[in-house]
Amino acid sequence: MQRPLRLFGRVLLAAGIGFVLLYILVIAEPPPEFGGNWRTTSFGSALDDWHSFTRTLLNGLTAAGLLFIVASGFSLIFGLMRVVNMAHGSFYLLGGYIAYEVQQDMTGQGFTLVGSEVNTWEWVFPALVAVAVIGAVGLIVQQVFLRWNQGQELRQALITIAISVILADQVIAHFNDGIAVSVTWPGWTERLVELPLLGIDYSVARLVVLFLGLAVGASLWAWLHRTRTGMVIRAGVDDQQMTSALGVNIQLTFAIAFIVGSALAAFGGVVGASQGAVASGQDGQWLLNSLVVVIIGGMGSLLGAAAGSLLYGLVFAFSAVYLPTTGNDCCTQYSIVVTFVLLALVLAVRPHGLFGREA
Amino acid sequence: MTFEPKQTTERVLALAALVVAALGPVIFNDYWVDAILTQVFIVGIAAASLIFLAAYGGMISLAQTALMGSAGFMIGNMVTVGEGGGESKGLTLGWDPTLSLVLALIGTTLLGMIFGAVASRSFGIYFLMITLTFSVITFYFVGQVTIVSGFSGIGGIDRYTPGFVGDIVTDRYRLYYIALGVALGVYALIRYVGRTPFGVSLQGIRDEHVRMTSLGYVVPLHRMLAFGFAAFLASLAGILLVWWQGQIAPGDVGLGATIDLLIVAVIGGLGRIEGAWIGALAFIVINNYIRDSWLTELLDTLRIGGSFNTIIGVVFLLIVVLSPDGLMGLWDRAWSTVRRPRGGSGVTVASPAQHG
Repeated sequence: MQRPLRLFGRVLLAAGIGFVLLYILVIAEPPPEFGGNWRTTSFGSALDDWHSFTRTLLNGLTAAGLLFIVASGFSLIFGLMRVVNMAHGSFYLLGGYIAYEVQQDMTGQGFTLVGSEVNTWEWVFPALVAVAVIGAVGLIVQQVFLRWNQGQELRQALITIAISVILADQVIAHFNDGIAVSVTWPGWTERLVELPLLGIDYSVARLVVLFLGLAVGASLWAWLHRTRTGMVIRAGVDDQQMTSALGVNIQLTFAIAFIVGSALAAFGGVVGASQGAVASGQDGQWLLNSLVVVIIGGMGSLLGAAAGSLLYGLVFAFSAVYLPTTGNDCCTQYSIVVTFVLLALVLAVRPHGLFGREA
Repeated sequence: MTFEPKQTTERVLALAALVVAALGPVIFNDYWVDAILTQVFIVGIAAASLIFLAAYGGMISLAQTALMGSAGFMIGNMVTVGEGGGESKGLTLGWDPTLSLVLALIGTTLLGMIFGAVASRSFGIYFLMITLTFSVITFYFVGQVTIVSGFSGIGGIDRYTPGFVGDIVTDRYRLYYIALGVALGVYALIRYVGRTPFGVSLQGIRDEHVRMTSLGYVVPLHRMLAFGFAAFLASLAGILLVWWQGQIAPGDVGLGATIDLLIVAVIGGLGRIEGAWIGALAFIVINNYIRDSWLTELLDTLRIGGSFNTIIGVVFLLIVVLSPDGLMGLWDRAWSTVRRPRGGSGVTVASPAQHG
């Protein structure tokens, strides 16, 4: 009974994906003067408006870059230690606010900081401070609260939830009442470049985000696959007890991984605060983002985090533009449902995510 | 029949609590009856649905707040009236309250089954993460989709109650007894379901899901149905909640509310259903009396800053660090310590924390 049902499901899934691709590429139409129907979208199909399509594609890729920076840290911690760090979103938020404060102090400009008055160092240094501080916070959390109860996954998740509750409140108390603030990109990124071949102008700052995502991915890959520490971490992911039985100081490895994972959340926070803004309450959003990415991609896998970020980023970017726009109430505001559908589809086919393994 | 001192004590205490609850309006002042105890019953029902899944199914679900809120949003959209005296947002369908009540219960149960179907093949911490995403997605859904709610939510729902419920806006004792009755019913229902063949096989899945699969049980189906049942319980809490506070807004299903419900369940103890209402009582009393007390002043004098949430976070942290199975776990452990010298069998508690 199970097999034909599964085959039917697969066929249905393939048909669904095929329809969505066709819709974006051919079926969608630009809005007419009056009314509209199920084919009406903001820009029409890729054939109608090639430039909007490539721009949406690039938006999806840059969003994926930021998602990857944050979620890879979450995934690293989970993969090695089986700790679901529910405070990951709070680390993101705190990282963004710390960078903002440091940048304000450095430039002394106050609220109206414009990009042309910020040089590269005045962006890099706040980012480094945020990364260092949150790395230290992560280390303290791990050593004080998580080291002695290894293996009690639920208890550790609850402990990090408690920490996130405290941090969320402390952010409101100490950083600008939790009001939205932005870190300012250095001046040279504040312009558009014309991309060869694609024929569109695109923001340099967004390309920088994409580049940073790729750079983080490449460095993580090199670290995990080409250094001794990385080798130990990979061994720890596969079999923790065996690794420590071989005489490796697994506690030291845990601490390093937690520092790096937390620091990545903070770095993501700085990039996110530069790209848009950070505000109290975004901790939940970035916890959701990290969760969705690692659930789709499979937990504890670098490749999975990359694939999850890409899929989630693209779905997010395209659903905001390529859902039908008939009338005031339909349908782009339902884009969050698309995220849920994506999650449900991936889990239906692969319960451990695209690149996940049985726990 | 042997004499069980712990069981007897618990029964006496439960009976006493029941008598006090039944006489609530006589014993307590109106603020306690309306603002604290009614809320305790309602939040307790929602927490009981979470504890049911944890204790009997080994599933820590963070979607219960979302399901509770969904019931509230559903009934809010269905009963309220738009034009002509109504001022509510939402769809303002103006349907019959009794019909809306039934539809909201069914709708939330179905939603719970969909959630359950998606999450049913995941276990332990994966399950927790997936249900958390359900919860956050629900929050963004009701926040973004302005035709069903939007950011400010739906108000004035408590004016449209079914005939058999009656006027709860002016007669708050009525709502108090309804909430008490539903809470007792939910408790009895959970105890009953736990003893049915379904409940027993669910506990088997909690302990050994691989073995249950090889015995021929369809594990995902069992877990999905359990999730649907818990969604039904949560929907009862959701409807009582909108009657109690008169409105529903995205904040009621936000991450903060989700975590609050988890805190309630953890304070009470994830192993036993009774813990739901004990946790709710502890949480809500702390919530009401610590908000502006010497503790928040202490934060100021220590120059730590922060509000009530920092304190509740610290309290929560202390509880999970010191006693992961909450107040009920503390109680059980106290008894097993008392009994151990006499060579008693000790107390075995279903602790999902070990199966997570």
